[in-house]
Amino acid sequence: MRQDLTHIQQWIQPGSRVLDLACGDGEFLARLQSERDVEGIGLEIDGPSITAGIARGLNIIEQNLDRGLANFRDDSFDTVVMAHALQAVRYPHLVLDEMLRIGRECIVTFPNFGQWRCRLYLGSRGRMPVSKFMPYTWYDTPNIHFCTVRDFESLCEERRVRILQRDMVGPANNSGVLARAWPNLFATTAIYHIAR
Amino acid sequence: MVAADAADSVGLVTPQRAEFPEGLTLACGRRLTGFELVYETYGELNADASNAVLVCHALSGHHHAAGYHSEDDRKPGWWDTCIGPGKAIDTRHFFVVSLNNLGGCHGSTGPLSIDPDTGAEYGPDFPPLRARDWVHSQAMLADRLGIECWAAVIGGSLGGMQAMRWALEYPDRVRHCVVIAAATKLSAQNIAFNEIARQAITSDPAFHGGRYRQQDTVPRDGLAIARMVGHITYLSDDAMADRFGRDLRSGNFELGSDEGVEFQVQSYLRHQGSTFSESFDANTYILMTRALDYFDLAREYGDDPARAFAEAKASFLVLSFSTDWRFSPARSREIVDALLAAGKSVSYAEIEADQGHDAFLLPIPRYLDVFGAYMQRVRNT
Repeated sequence: MRQDLTHIQQWIQPGSRVLDLACGDGEFLARLQSERDVEGIGLEIDGPSITAGIARGLNIIEQNLDRGLANFRDDSFDTVVMAHALQAVRYPHLVLDEMLRIGRECIVTFPNFGQWRCRLYLGSRGRMPVSKFMPYTWYDTPNIHFCTVRDFESLCEERRVRILQRDMVGPANNSGVLARAWPNLFATTAIYHIAR
Repeated sequence: MVAADAADSVGLVTPQRAEFPEGLTLACGRRLTGFELVYETYGELNADASNAVLVCHALSGHHHAAGYHSEDDRKPGWWDTCIGPGKAIDTRHFFVVSLNNLGGCHGSTGPLSIDPDTGAEYGPDFPPLRARDWVHSQAMLADRLGIECWAAVIGGSLGGMQAMRWALEYPDRVRHCVVIAAATKLSAQNIAFNEIARQAITSDPAFHGGRYRQQDTVPRDGLAIARMVGHITYLSDDAMADRFGRDLRSGNFELGSDEGVEFQVQSYLRHQGSTFSESFDANTYILMTRALDYFDLAREYGDDPARAFAEAKASFLVLSFSTDWRFSPARSREIVDALLAAGKSVSYAEIEADQGHDAFLLPIPRYLDVFGAYMQRVRNT
């Protein structure tokens, strides 16, 4: 399982209700269900992923986050999770607002565009980074809103979102020490546990 | 090799008949003193009767959902796409029950049957039915077959409405509910189309106030027009454009030619209409469209579908099709939202398909995949 997902698992209370936005094939939700006994719902728009999630016995709803989450009531979930999708939605700040309205707590992970490799790529070549981690060209990519660790934290400050905990993931085969010490420069993925 | 021998076909099937002399009091307050249901089954009921699936049919459907009645049949049952060995409703694992609803014209008690109280055919005097009457009669059939709890109740369109009603009327007798291309109630537009269909039938001079059989006639033209109107609402604009476009069946537009022109779509619709008028009873059509119009899942739950679903204990799969304008994806999302608000277990997929409402009968890969994936879950739980 992707590293950020392993990290956030520990923040989810056993037996809680979890809404997973952009849940993919449901691997994470299935693990939460079996290991943490959570009651989960996943939202996804990719057809094959939805089928895969349903095949795992999960409750998956086809719903586009860009069309809002008005069908979910205030405080109807203990935790709302959105892993690696913040950069792909039309209005990230509005999705965050909705997550915080629906969940008592939220967990957000995103790729850190401030990581030194991105900066080096952009700085030296003068072109938008393309790598194994971010394999898309600028003109054909689901990732329309890249941000850095600092960008995200300043957004949280502006919107008075409380950061309960944060964790950082560095490049593979790396203990994450640098990523935790200087996240904006070394984290490849940022993980935030937030609340209103 | 004939189609009935194909590995994914349930093969040759024989309709069965169940009599219910105990009768049934209907939602309208009237009582059927006795009735019969004709049904088919596919697959084997297991020892603890935990693998039974009920398939509910739509407006013009019947009990023959899968397989063939004889080696000479050109077409299989109406939902053969989804029912059979290895198909979404896999008959190697499920025992499938499909019946002709009460009020139908394919063998179950309906307007064509003899009213034991008068000794004459019911005709237009057959009592008005509601979806819940079907559900109650289906529950009596389940009792007869020794099925305490359905693994799943499944239906498309009006069949999906019956499936939802099942989940509310008999929460302990439905483990899963599959609702395809349905709605919690009809819109004004839906009712309007049904009214055109009924008007077409009742204004046919051969209708005779519903007593056409006594006059030894059938309101064929009215029934055909009713079917044509209905059929247009089952297809999408794109589907009709793809299939017929403006292609001509006969005639031409050349200057100087006074020959009339017939578009392919005209001839297709007329064929659909006339075939239907040979095989369907006009009083049943009126009865069924009325039951559709009256259906409102939440009427007695303060018009709140979430409150209605609070009664349900089943898990739900809801499916819709992108170009379905009869029961659009928005209507299915209302069902999903109500289930979410009621805190029920629900999955939902909106299938990209050009074929409109009819898509629920067609072999659309993503549809069959997601439906099959859910049925896998039904098997496991």
